[in-house]
Formats: sequence, C-alpha cells, structure tokens
Amino acid sequence: MRVPIVTFRLANGLAVTLSEDHTAPIVAVNLWYHVGSANERPGRTGFAHLFEHMLFQGSAHVGANEHFEIVQRAGGTLNGSTWLDRTNYFETVPSNQLATALWLEADRMGQLLPAMTQQKLDTQRDVVKNERRWSVDNQPYGTWWERLPALAFPPDHPFHHSLIGSMEDLSEASLEDIAQFFATYYTPDNAVLSIAGDFDPAEARALVEQFFGPIPRGAGKPPLPPMELPAHFGSWERLVVPDAVMLPRLFLGFRAPVFGSDEHFVASVLAAILGTGKGSRFQRSLVRDREIASEASAFTFDLAKGADLLIADVTARPGVSAETLEAEVVREIDRMRGDGVTGDEVQRAVALLETALVSSLQSAGDRADKLSMFATYFDEPELVNEQTARYQRVTAAQVSELARRMLGPDNRISLLYVPADPTADSHASAEVGEPVGASR
Amino acid sequence: MTAATTPSTRPQAGPPRDYRFPFFERVRLDNGLGVIVAPVPKLPIVSAALVVDAGAAAESAGAEGVAQLTARMLLEGTRKRNGDAVGEQFERWGAAVGASADWDAAMLSMTVLAPRLEEAMSLFAEVLLEPAFPERELSRIKAERLADLLQLRTEPRGLADEMFTRFVYDKSSRYARPEHGDVASVTSIDRATVEQFYQARYRPGGATLILVGDITVTNGVALAQRLLGDWSGTTPPAGAVSDKPARTTRALHIVRKEDAPQSEIRVGHVGLPRSHPDYFPVLIANALLGGLFSSRINLNLREVHAYTYGAHSSFDWRRAAGPFVVSTAVKSDVTAEAAKEILLEIARIRADAVSEDELTLATSYLDGVFPIRYETTDSIARALAALTVYDLPKDYFDSYRANIRRVTAMDVLHAADKYLHPDQLQLVVVGDPTVIAAPLAALDAGPVSVYDAEGQPER
Repeated sequence: MRVPIVTFRLANGLAVTLSEDHTAPIVAVNLWYHVGSANERPGRTGFAHLFEHMLFQGSAHVGANEHFEIVQRAGGTLNGSTWLDRTNYFETVPSNQLATALWLEADRMGQLLPAMTQQKLDTQRDVVKNERRWSVDNQPYGTWWERLPALAFPPDHPFHHSLIGSMEDLSEASLEDIAQFFATYYTPDNAVLSIAGDFDPAEARALVEQFFGPIPRGAGKPPLPPMELPAHFGSWERLVVPDAVMLPRLFLGFRAPVFGSDEHFVASVLAAILGTGKGSRFQRSLVRDREIASEASAFTFDLAKGADLLIADVTARPGVSAETLEAEVVREIDRMRGDGVTGDEVQRAVALLETALVSSLQSAGDRADKLSMFATYFDEPELVNEQTARYQRVTAAQVSELARRMLGPDNRISLLYVPADPTADSHASAEVGEPVGASR
Repeated sequence: MTAATTPSTRPQAGPPRDYRFPFFERVRLDNGLGVIVAPVPKLPIVSAALVVDAGAAAESAGAEGVAQLTARMLLEGTRKRNGDAVGEQFERWGAAVGASADWDAAMLSMTVLAPRLEEAMSLFAEVLLEPAFPERELSRIKAERLADLLQLRTEPRGLADEMFTRFVYDKSSRYARPEHGDVASVTSIDRATVEQFYQARYRPGGATLILVGDITVTNGVALAQRLLGDWSGTTPPAGAVSDKPARTTRALHIVRKEDAPQSEIRVGHVGLPRSHPDYFPVLIANALLGGLFSSRINLNLREVHAYTYGAHSSFDWRRAAGPFVVSTAVKSDVTAEAAKEILLEIARIRADAVSEDELTLATSYLDGVFPIRYETTDSIARALAALTVYDLPKDYFDSYRANIRRVTAMDVLHAADKYLHPDQLQLVVVGDPTVIAAPLAALDAGPVSVYDAEGQPER
C-alpha cells in the first residue's frame, strides 16, 4: 500500500505535496511552519503557541472569529497545534471547498498583520492563560509537560523551556512581538503545504499558485543555538515532585536516537515492546503479573534534532509506594538491558505499529499531516511510504543492542510524582522528599 | 503593512460531489445474531464490532459496574488460554482489540489488516463465546477501577462530570451512579456476578456483529456463520432506566478543591432519550447554543470575556433521557460571572428565534461534515453500532443530511423553549469555596451547598 505523492515548489520557496484519493468527496489542507517553542527568545516562553491562537483571529480579508466560522459553515473541521520545533494548521473540508480552505490559509500567511489588534492579543493571552491552568496547573501530574523537557535538555538548549509558557512571559508579549515573529517565521520558504484527498491536481496547483504565489519570500530566520547533544545524559538526574495527586507516577526518560534515523525505528520498536498493548512487558509484568502499576506505557517524543526522548510512564496501584514503583520499573528496564528482547516480541510490536499506521492513513487529515511532517523535517514527503518497510527491517539483535546502550543508569532522568497530602494514600507517602541531585 | 497579495473576495464553492454513507447489508442468522457488513475496500484493513445488549442499563441494583467488568473480562482469558496469551496472540497478528460497556450496550471491537482477518476473527469469537473469567484477573480489574475512582478525587474534570450526574438524577436512577460503578458496587462484585451477567446478557438474540472494510458481504456473512453460528440463546431487552431528576428546582453545588486556580463548571438537567422525535431540532439548537466552536456560549465565554480556554454544551443521548450539560473551566475569580453568562445564553436561545444566517452555520456544518465523519473503518463500525443499539431506521444515514437541512429557525426556538428548563438547572462547580461561594450565592440563582471531594455535604 502506497500513498501517491506529487511534489513541487513555488518560486517563493513554498514546498507543496499533493496526494490524491477520490474515495470520498473530501480534501485535507495542512500547513506546517518550521517554527516552534524552540525559536522563542528569552523572556517570551509560550509565544509560538500564543501566536498560533492569533492566527485564528482574522487576516486582511477575514474578520475576527471568521476563520472558524467560514470553515465550519463550509462543512469542515479545523485546528492548529504547536510543538517544540513546528506549528501546524489544518482543515478537512468537502472537496468543493478546497479553494476556500487554500484562500484562508494564504490570506493569513500573506496578510495577517492588518487584522492584529491589542484587544485581540489581550483576549487570546487570557485564553492561553486559561489553557495553561486547565492543562497544567489544575491537572494532576499536569506539570510533567514542562518539568520533563527542563530535566532532559540543558538550560541553554532550545527544547529546555516551557512550550505553553510562564504566566509572566505571556503577560509580556506585545503586538510588536507578533509583527516580528510573523515577518521572521511565517513565510512561504519556512512552510510546507500538503493537500490530500479528492481534488484535481491541475486545479489544485493553479489555486496554490494563484493564492500563495504572490506572497514574498522571507528574509531568512536566525539560526537556532546548537541543538547537538551527547547520545547519553551522562548521569541519572532525579526529581521528586510532591503534587495534589492520589497515586505516585514515574516518568523515566532516556536520550534516544533522533526521529527519522534508522535507529529511531529501532527505538520505536523498543518502546512498543516495553509499553504498547496488552502483550507489552510493562502490561504483562507491572500491571498484570506483579500488580505494581494501574497504568503503564512507553513512547518516544519523535524529535528530529539534537536527541529524541524515550519515556516510560507508569502510575502506581493504590498501596504501592513511590519507592517500590521506581524500583520495579527500573528492574524491568534493567532486565531488557541485560537479557535483550526476543524475535517474537519484535514481531508483535511491528505488527501493532503497522496496523496503527494503516489505520491512521485512512484519514485525509492524518495523511496530509504526515506528508507535511516528512517534508518539513527531511524535505522528503516520500518517506511516508518507507515507514512500514523500515519497521519491518528492525531485528531483535538491533533492539537488544540499543537497549544495552541506551537504557543504562548513565542515560536516565526521572520525574517521580508523589502525593503531597500524606493521607492521600497511606502507603505512598513514606519517601516524599526534596529534589535530589544527579546521582551516579 | 504587507502589500495586498491574496484576492480580496472569497472563492465561490462549486457544487458538492455526491456522497453516500457506505453501502451495508443487514442479515440475521438462524440463531438470532444480527450481522451487518459494509464493504469499504479503500485500504487493506477491517474493523469488527460485536455489540450486545449488556450495558449498564441491564445491571441489577447493587451490581453497578458489572457490565464494564464483564466486557473487560472477555479479554482476560478463555477456556483455552490465559489473559496474557489472549493479548499476545491478538497483537502478534497486529490486531488492536478493545472491550467496554456504556449505558446501553457492551462492545467488543477490533481493527486488523485484512490478510490477518480470519485468524484474528477466530480468536475474537473465542473470547466472546468461551471466556473463563479468572478470579485473579477479576480482582485486578476491579482494583484498576478502584484506582480510577481514587484518582478522580484530585482530577477536577472527571470529578465535575461525576458530581454533576449525581446532583441531576434521583438516587433511584441508575444514571445517578457512575457508568462503570462506584466503590461499594465494584467491591461487592464477584466472579459469580460476572458469570451470571454474561450468561444472561451475552446471547446472539441480543447481539449484532458488524464488519467494515476490505471484505465482501458474502465473505462477511459466511465468516459470522462459521464462527458464531453455533452460539445460542436470546435475551430480553434491558428494562428501561429511570431518568427521574433529583430535584425540579434550581440549585448550586460547590465541590471543594482547595486553592484551585480554575473552577470546573457544569450546568444542566435531565435531557431527552435518543428516540425523541425532535432529535434533529434539538441537535441544531444545541450546536448553536454550545455545540460548535462558533456557538454562542463558546464565543461569549472564550472570545468575548476570555474567561476560559473553551466552553461547550451537549446532550448525552441514551435510551432513556441522558443529561443536557454545559461544561467549561474558568479562572476561579470569574466563576460567578461565567455562570451568569451561561444562564443568560440559555435564556436567550429560548427567547428569540435565531437568524437564518446563524441557523445555517449549524445546518451547513452538520450537513457538510457528514462524509468527514466516516473516513475510517472504525468510525463507520461505530456508526453502525449506534444504528443497531438505538434501533434507528435503515435509511437513517441516507436521510440524515436532509433531516438536518429541514430544521427551521422556528423549530430551533420551539426545541430550546420546550426542552431547556432554566428553572430546573443544576449548577455544579468544582473549585475553591473561599473564592467562589459568596459570588455564586450573590447570583441569587438558587440555594448554594458545599460538598467535599467525595460529595459529602459540609457542616
């Protein structure tokens, strides 16, 4: 099964990927801008994400809140999201509405600033502060999203700081920051556009040229600080976080091969053997057999620069102490490091990854998003068709070797949440303590 | 300011291309099992779903939660292999499986690549027909449910949902208690309770197998016949659940969460059953009130007042009347103001007809988005499951878009007026009473009570 792909590039640098599928009269439009929280300057944490909100506040020919309304009135779904190294905007619409979707995206890429006002910025700043309260401050374990990258990346690394940003920095953002960020990063040569679904390729190309062609190329973006990192942490830094939670939860992280590399496919399989599905080691051992955990999974962040992270995420069963939880998770990790994995385990993991991949490619929106991802990171959307084969090439020997190299105590960080209220779970409170420094 | 680049006028849309919900065939085997096959050959993948009349509505008093436990136990071991082996075997074929129960049905579901369908389906049938319900796995799964309930105490969103239903439905209603059971009921359930529930409810007479994807009708029906043709027995439909409200006058309920930076707000009352003849007008009224991003409540609370990251409303459609609820999380110090705006919006949509322009925002959205909802085999299987469980007409999907477009502004006004009851609203807020209690009391919207995180009244 292959996704059909046609690519071209406009004179202004916009990279375009087309992927036809006429099974339903719908089409997905997906734009990735190669800018994320990594590109924020000091004192402006959270700006890339706040900026994403502003992109829904209208542009030269689109009124406030009209972007959402136009797409929904057209019978479409839409959203945007911000990540460490990219921001995306996407809509899936009935295929006769393709021109409208492209026009909306072009209008805000070309002429956002006429629509920007202080009042809109103030409103979205407050909306984002509420998003922070909702997803971080008022959620059990909610701070893991910012504590983990802070532990995993050195303070001067672009991935170190909070993606959603601090309340103080959000308060500081100005219209001037908006104008500058827009001019620097929201340019056709810093974006990729993917269109997937039911469209006529000649017509789509003509629309793209008509709407996006006149947008001028950018002046280039400032280089990021060096992203390169040693393959290993070099120590095991551990942080214990008392929080308003009922059960201890451990995030155990490892530096991993960057997304897109052959070794990253090996690391994905390793993560799936540890923590995807009922047959995973965590489920079998920690949840089912030993009844240490109520939930357990493992996953990679999929970062394409510097180093990726592989995270084991395990929540204790009531009555299991944080200390026991950590010891048991580490025991599973050490067992994989010492004994390696079997061919059966690799086969199970690859089969699950394969089904998940085909499942997601059913949706035009997911297809367009994956094409944009490979185009942004590697300038090669065709990689979407390589994924299955690359998973299938992974061997037990490779996973075992990577486990030996990657899962040792010299390459760990841990974030251990413990109930702040010692009555929360009477067995879990024994070792509530202060953050401990690097060990080993 | 940048030079004008984009054409200033929005492009006109051409005519939409025709779309039909995927063709499906419905047959009944001799043993009473319904079989629905929808050939969707786009990708080499198949989704299977077995729905059975074994949801929470079918539970007996005291055994709340047995429906979910029974469904989950299907994957925890058969007479031929233990739970580890079941999970591992499915996954070696790349089959993603799940089993769970909601209010009105239990569902065993699976998505697998087409070349492995036959093997995976035979194990699917084995877990359905020959579950062993091992004691040890049952006690583990019960403990996992108890852990979820424990976690709720510090999880404001889930806690607000749970408390809301408790304050809305009368104690005698199954809907007043959590869908998957509470501490007392789950603790009391033993292997015999699960076994009995299974024997009584898991029968082909009350079940339907749905197959969607890269499969033909002939092959799908033959597969069902071969694997499930010998299954026998029938089951009486689950009795009607009482949807009696807890009270018929407005009241405010504060659930204590010390130092909460936000208040989780739920406002609503008992709604309508899925079979209600005014389903479509109510759907549109709700979309405009709080169902869409561009709905009145979201634009008011988020884009005008910036009280919240988002606010929405919904009717939870069940066989009996599920709740109507407005949900949001707002900064603590604007809790009362936000509650007031929600009450105003509910009053406003009942007072005046929406404009034609506003009406078409909802109708054209629900009409246009229809094909986008059914892109995956899994989503089509779920839609067909709903068709079965709620006994919708066979042409339900083919007539859906016309039914949406038929709704008028007057229909919306009548639906809002008739089915939204401002005087019966229950306002439930999980937040910090020291910050929110006085302003909420000053709203004069009803008596205010304060509860602890387990729902016990304070003082």
